[in-house]
Amino acid sequence: MRVAVPVFPGSNCDHDALHACGTVMGWDTIPVWHQESRLPENTELVFVPGGFSYGDYLRCGAIAALAPIMADIKRHADNGGLVLGVCNGFQILCEAHLLPGALLRNESLRFIHTDVHLRVERANLPFTRAMKAGEVFQVPIAHAEGNFTLDPAELADLEARGGVAFRYCSPTGEIGEDHVPNGAMNGIAGIVNLRGNVLGMMPHPERAVDPKIGPTGGLGIFRSLGSAV
Amino acid sequence: MKVRVSVQLKPGILDPQGKAVEQGLHGFGFEVEHVRIGRLIEMDVPGTDPVEVKAKALAMCEKLLVNPVMEKASIEVL
Repeated sequence: MRVAVPVFPGSNCDHDALHACGTVMGWDTIPVWHQESRLPENTELVFVPGGFSYGDYLRCGAIAALAPIMADIKRHADNGGLVLGVCNGFQILCEAHLLPGALLRNESLRFIHTDVHLRVERANLPFTRAMKAGEVFQVPIAHAEGNFTLDPAELADLEARGGVAFRYCSPTGEIGEDHVPNGAMNGIAGIVNLRGNVLGMMPHPERAVDPKIGPTGGLGIFRSLGSAV
Repeated sequence: MKVRVSVQLKPGILDPQGKAVEQGLHGFGFEVEHVRIGRLIEMDVPGTDPVEVKAKALAMCEKLLVNPVMEKASIEVL
């Protein structure tokens, strides 16, 4: 599989993405500078990494969403190509209108860095097909703006169409406010677009894939992607 | 012409920063409520017709300055 990792000024999880996709999964993984106008030929997955693109100026992800490479990422998504945005990558995809909603400041006002449990809400996606619906996995979060927000009517629509991919939960899979670290509406940790080929999530699966470093709760997503293309 | 765009969180959108500042003001004994924090953007826009300049600023809001999911803006041509 060929993976492109767009790198913006201020991206700092690009090397985690390159490590997970390149070293751990063994995929042909290519960093792409944000000023490039084209993705590498035959790119199958675009992994928009986390960080603080453009210093989070104006709004998180707002300036990165205008970078030259984003036009080609939109074209890739329009053609059905896979796009995974993690943390700041999720914020960028929302600002680029590839996904609905916005990520507000955490309810606590604090930057939160901790392990969380996620429940798989949609198991038939290219990102989740190696997992089961209701399956619980553990991955880290590290963000100050992860409080997913959407207009109530659009939120109802997102839920009704199965647009929620992952929800924060207890270690045994229970859903509830107590298990939501950042105030996100309906405990939403990750969403997909209508077509199911663009997924954004605040937690970092790419930081939980290498047994040499630590737990491997994020592997399910990468195994799914490996079997998707 | 000088243009001032004031960006505010929409009503109903949680503003934890505003809440924290409100609590800080309470700590000093000020009686305040509904503190909301926004952003003020000032710029020089070429043109002499205030209606035209305002239309340009509105287009800027739609393209970049405002995220309509959570924010609204008011535009002042000075």
